[in-house]
Amino acid sequence: MQSFTILEGVVAPLLRSNVDTDAIIPKQFLKSIKRTGFGVNLFDAWRYLDAGFPGQDSSTRQPNPDFVLNQPRYQQASILLAGENFGCGSSREHAVWALDGFGFRCVIAPSFADIFNNNSFKSGLLPLVLDKSIIEKLAADCEANEGYQLKVDLEQQQVIAPDGETYSFEVDQFRKHCLLNGLDDIGLTLQNADAIKQYEIKRKEAAPWLFNGVT
Amino acid sequence: MSAKTLYDKVWDAHQVHQQDDGTVLLYIDRHLVHEVTSPQAFEGLQISGRKPWRIDSMLAVADHNVPTTSREAGIEDPVSKLQVDTLDANCDAHGIVEFKMNDHRQGIVHVIGPEQGATLPGMTVVCGDSHTSTHGAFGALAFGIGTSEVEHVMATQCLLQKKSRNMLVSVDGEVGPGVTAKDIVLAIIGEIGTAGGNGSAIEFGGDAIRALSMEGRMTVCNMAIEAGARAGMIAVDQTTIDYVKARPFSPSNEQWDAAEAAWRDLVSDEGAKFDKIVRINAADIMPQVSWGTSPEMVAGISGVVPDPSSETNETKAEGMRRALQYMDLSAGTAISDIKIDKVFIGSCTNSRIEDLRAAAAVIKDRKVAGNVKLALVVPGSGLVKKQAEEEGLDSIFSNAGFEWREPGCSMCLAMNADKLESGERCASTSNRNFEGRQGQGGRTHLVSPAMAAAAAIAGHFVDVRSF
Ligand code: SF4
Repeated sequence: MQSFTILEGVVAPLLRSNVDTDAIIPKQFLKSIKRTGFGVNLFDAWRYLDAGFPGQDSSTRQPNPDFVLNQPRYQQASILLAGENFGCGSSREHAVWALDGFGFRCVIAPSFADIFNNNSFKSGLLPLVLDKSIIEKLAADCEANEGYQLKVDLEQQQVIAPDGETYSFEVDQFRKHCLLNGLDDIGLTLQNADAIKQYEIKRKEAAPWLFNGVT
Repeated sequence: MSAKTLYDKVWDAHQVHQQDDGTVLLYIDRHLVHEVTSPQAFEGLQISGRKPWRIDSMLAVADHNVPTTSREAGIEDPVSKLQVDTLDANCDAHGIVEFKMNDHRQGIVHVIGPEQGATLPGMTVVCGDSHTSTHGAFGALAFGIGTSEVEHVMATQCLLQKKSRNMLVSVDGEVGPGVTAKDIVLAIIGEIGTAGGNGSAIEFGGDAIRALSMEGRMTVCNMAIEAGARAGMIAVDQTTIDYVKARPFSPSNEQWDAAEAAWRDLVSDEGAKFDKIVRINAADIMPQVSWGTSPEMVAGISGVVPDPSSETNETKAEGMRRALQYMDLSAGTAISDIKIDKVFIGSCTNSRIEDLRAAAAVIKDRKVAGNVKLALVVPGSGLVKKQAEEEGLDSIFSNAGFEWREPGCSMCLAMNADKLESGERCASTSNRNFEGRQGQGGRTHLVSPAMAAAAAIAGHFVDVRSF
């Protein structure tokens, strides 16, 4: 996993609430068996006027000029300001891969859906929670200033705005550690392989039916 | 020892290790696998040279991409075909049990797990699919995970988790006639909202939940994720034990007796502490129809489409306006005046035998309305289909003008050929009415199987209680 330490980048606002994973990456693109290539179809139904399907040449498509991310000023955005309950719906990690593929490394929202939140940490995207009122202020500043950037310092747990304001955020310490160091948590878990085996032995004695297996 | 909730009990029994910060290494008993969220996980294993930890904990099936029409010719769409072929190849390579597309046991992953006895009380069950919450109906701790976590479970049989909060939703009293599990859960989500269960494991309790069959309980837990919950659970009772008995992967003989005794304890103790309790009066619940693009946007059948201008929360009002525009509905329209183009009876929410019986009972000796272009019935599994055919339900559906299909996810998410065209309006027994869920530009109204059947006959929504 790529590590996340300090991010300074262009901000894009998309404040509607309950943005679901079907909207982030529509199902027809989930047929891919790869982890990459989802960025061009991020928010597909909102971003293009024509219907999207896998394998299309995206240069022939009709972008929706009204959709915020189609504005030239947001093309290089790496921080998304979002609304409540961002990422609700399905468990598809493709939603995170699509955000990442577009160039986002951090989503700032008042709240995230559970599975999306987990998936983000696993793929090196920081889901960062700030108060709704702060996000609204940042979004207003962002809209008023082309090229508006924020600095996200994960180590210090701070978002720093161009006007010098800093906003602290909470983050799970273990996840922070993994993200800062780009740690693969399968490797970490396997350091406990003996404990897992011992658990299995004990559990098998107490509840052998859990180990019958499917055959 | 202090009183524990059902969730506490299952959680505690699966802790392998706890870090100082409270992160727990949680042991996973059952890992269900489907074609959409697993290829990148298998690839990850291969790249890192790892092997699955416990192959016999896994059960795989292709459900999202499979055609529901004749399967003899295979899958036409090459991209869908590659995904299903990839699952087959990965399972074959590792020796993982998979019900292949033409196996008579194939079906939606959340239907076949319980049907086979692969889901048992007290288990931890995961799948790369948010509706894994379904399996909580058995007093299991079941939740959806992303692809990185799928790989993590494959490689280690564990997940790194923080404990969720305990929430109780108690549906007290008895529901009226014609009110089903689907109506109960839609009413709950309408009440607590799609983020109402965030950060929590919801235990569904109360007399109205106790009175449900296992099929009904699965419908309720299935949609726990739509309330934002990490998991939904229902305590074990005689109904659970009767359902589990004699399933292919259930324990037998002396193992059964020990298992049954252990399962009887899978209830929240008297006095167990819940962080949040919501009580709903069952008698107040009427058949539900969703009118918007989020499962919390529901109304009773005798209600009307609500008016955003009477909503005081501006974010909510904005969401309502957007939804009404997408759904092409105006405030004040009677729900029963909404005409439909298509009907879909299926999905992991409502494709079990009881659901098909309920729908068939409504349409028997009637015909689908002329304005309904397509009415589909997609059984949840090959075994559900067989059972329904033995009971003659297929001919009731066919005679009424429904199409009787092969099992799979189908128009629940339209990854295969079954979908809504832009602008089409559908009465659907599935679980999500998000924009474009059933096809780009398609408009979904979530209802129970009986309500979908009645709408098919009437051509618009109608109160099944007086139909
Ligand atoms: S039926 Fe629908 S909700 Fe259920 S697993 Fe399939 S796609 Fe997901």
